[in-house]
Order: sequence, then C-alpha cells, then structure tokens
Amino acid sequence: MCLAIPVQIQSIDADRNAIVALGGVSRQISLIMTPEAQVGDYVLVHTGYAISVLSEEEAQASLEAFAEIAKIQAEMEMGNGEMGHG
Amino acid sequence: MKYIDDFRDPALARALVEQIRREAPRPIRVMEFCGGHTHAIFRFGLRDLLAGAVELRSGPGCPVCVTAAADLDRAIALADVPGVTLTTFGDMLRVPGSGGDLQAARARGADVRIVYSPADAVTLARETPRREVIFLGVGFETTAPGVAAALLQAEAGRVPNFSVLSLHKLTPPATRAILEAGEVALEGILGPGHVSAIIGSAAWEFLPREYGIPVAISGFEPLDLLGAIAALVRAAVRGEPAVSNVYSRGVRAQGNPVAQELLARVFEIGEAEWRGFGVIPASGLALRAEFASRDAALRFPLAVTPSREPPGCRCGEVLRGVIEPPDCALFGRACTPRRPIGPCMVSAEGACAAYYQYREQAPAWRGADARGRGGG
Ligand code: SF4
Repeated sequence: MCLAIPVQIQSIDADRNAIVALGGVSRQISLIMTPEAQVGDYVLVHTGYAISVLSEEEAQASLEAFAEIAKIQAEMEMGNGEMGHG
Repeated sequence: MKYIDDFRDPALARALVEQIRREAPRPIRVMEFCGGHTHAIFRFGLRDLLAGAVELRSGPGCPVCVTAAADLDRAIALADVPGVTLTTFGDMLRVPGSGGDLQAARARGADVRIVYSPADAVTLARETPRREVIFLGVGFETTAPGVAAALLQAEAGRVPNFSVLSLHKLTPPATRAILEAGEVALEGILGPGHVSAIIGSAAWEFLPREYGIPVAISGFEPLDLLGAIAALVRAAVRGEPAVSNVYSRGVRAQGNPVAQELLARVFEIGEAEWRGFGVIPASGLALRAEFASRDAALRFPLAVTPSREPPGCRCGEVLRGVIEPPDCALFGRACTPRRPIGPCMVSAEGACAAYYQYREQAPAWRGADARGRGGG
C-alpha cells in the first residue's frame, strides 16, 4: 500500500495538478505536497499525490557509490589471482 | 525507465552481494519493516542471493494486515448501512473480518467501491449528493497525508456527504513495540522508503540511540535493497549503529514538511489497536475534534460486536516477526491467495502472500546471475 512510483511531470495547471504518464495512460495527480516540483521533474506518486521530488544528483551519487564498491571488488578479485573464485 | 533500470544493474548488484558475503562473519538477521520491501526482496530473488549471510525477517509494514479484526468488522458494518457508499483501496476488499469481507458485503447489496485516490472519493461524494460517501482510511504515514488533503478538499468545496473512517497508523511505534517485546533478536532494520519520504530519515534516529540497532532507509529496486543491507551488515559487524539513508534520491532527512503539516492539521495522535500487537500507545491517527462531522465513526455509531481472529491463523506472529509464514500449519494448505484465511495472505504487501506467490518462481530479473560467483 505504500507503493509509490517515479513518474515524470508533463504539465502543471493552476491548481497544482499535474499530468503524468502512469502505466502507459495519462493521469492527473496532485502536486500540493511538492510545491517545488516543475515540469520535467520526476516525482514519487502515491494514491494520486506526489510525495517527493526525485533528486537526480542524489541518484547519481548513489550509483557512483555502488560503482566504487564494484571497482574495489574487481581489484580484490584481480589481487586474489584466482579466476572468479572470490 | 529512469530511476528504475539504473538501480537494477546486475554487475553492481553482484558487487554488493559479494561485499555483504565477505563482511558477514555469521548470518546477520535484519527485519524489513515494509511489506513492499518483502515483495521486492522475493521478486528479485534477494533472499536466495544472500542466504547464509543475511536472514531477512518480515515485519508489520502491511497496513491492511495490521488492521485489527474489530476495525475491519466496523468497516464492513458501515458498508451495510443503507445510503452509504464505502470507498476503499482495492487491497481491503477480500480481507476477512469476523464474519465475512467487504466483497461479501458487496454481494449482498452494499455499495462498496474501489478508488485509486482518496480524492476520487471526494469527487464521487460531490457527484452523488444523496449518498453518504465514506472513505476507509487504511495506511501508514505515506497514505494519511493524501487522505488529509482529500478531507480538506471536501471542507473547502463544501461537500457535506464525505467522511473518513481513520484507521491510519504510525510506523515508528510498531518498530519500538517489536524491540521492546524482544521476541525476535534483530541486528538491523531496513527502514521503509516511502514512509520515510514523509517523516524523514531523521525520524528513525531513536533506534540506534535507544536500542543500539542500525537502520538503513531503502528504496524498492535491487540495488537500493542490497545497498541498504550492505550498510546494515557493516554497521552491525563494526558495532556502529546509525541511520543511513540509502534512498536519498527520494528521502530527505527531515521528510516532506507539507505532508507533515497536512497530518498535523487534520489528525491527532492517539492509541491504536494493531493485529498481533494489541493496543500500541501513540500509534494511530484520529481526526481532530474540529473535523468530528467528517469522522465516520462518530457520524454512524454502530454497536460493536465482539470480534474474533480467524481460527488457526498466525498472522499476528508473522507481523511481529516471531515466525515466518511457512511456520503456520495452514500456509499453502487451507490458506492460499485464492482462499485466504488471514489478512497476511490477502494483501499485495502481506508476508504470507509474498512467500506463497514467489516460492517456486524464478526471480524475474537477470541479476539472479549475481549468485554463483563468490559462493565457491
Ligand atoms: S498462512 Fe494464512 S492462516 Fe497462516 S498466518 Fe498466514 S494468513 Fe494466517
């Protein structure tokens, strides 16, 4: 029930309602909880309300942190000198 | 899709799995609070990937499941009141009360309708002024602000025939109840992502501070979950409990201030009854007195008849993390998603439903390749 999915805002009207594409169909959602949201932003939508604007920088930072772990992992495997038996 | 596919990268998942396996000296037991996490963990086959290193235990994070039998009975009784249209999320329809479910009420003529948003219920009330439209408010901090917004919308738009039965619950008190009971030893808690989008990651600071237990806020993609589990394993092994926000693209430390204001404006915190727990103090959201006319419980007072739990169902213990669904003798035999006996088998977030649905299914994700390596 706490399911919320990322959708991109296509347009915003005067009442802070937005049109988004949700599962292939256009839907109206409310942006009243995300006053900072703008057209083009991705928001997490839950029961018709955007609850959070997704941060592209934070997403990138997370992916870079994971990539760093993968890099360390690869170096350790090389260091072990074994073929894939970590 | 952006924000989804990137967080399913199999190579990065494999690195996280290997790090977790390398750093866990013994199986580390972690509770995933959120039912959405339970389903994602099964769907992506993460339990198998981490077997032997991390034991994942499901918790009480399924709003439908923790709704008390007595509250369900009240909702079903409301649906039977002549002139009432009961609106609800689809999950609630088949949850068994003491003597039937909302679907059965509908079959005998009650007007029960599924809505996608509480705002849709307000629209329905406006369009059907001669019906009393009640919204069945079930859900945690993620859901309650939208219900608050819908109620204020009904106020502003002068829609008199809209009311709410608020069964909303707060998640931190339930986590506290589990740790206080001490029935299950935990070394980390996977924090709910979308609840935290509202209340903020800082709302979980009491867990490391008071209970010495680490929390990692997680999203719902494989890298989110593995990254959060990796953070928990590291914190547990090093004895450095803290809150890590591994879902920082959607969760801020202080949460969503507008949503918090909506909650404070419409609701006040009171005790609530949870299935499996009984009454937990300061864990429920009741409508403020100024909105008494919107409170379906006051507007339609009904005689409360004693409720009973489904005989043999151990859903309460599943919700407390004390047992796993297959430990229930009815699991997969008398109780299946087609013929559910308890709510944990009904809801899309119920642990019994997750265990059942995915038990023989191969993970729908090629990150399952992440197994193999490192296991040798
Ligand atoms: S398997 Fe069915 S009867 Fe057993 S605990 Fe789960 S919901 Fe209850």
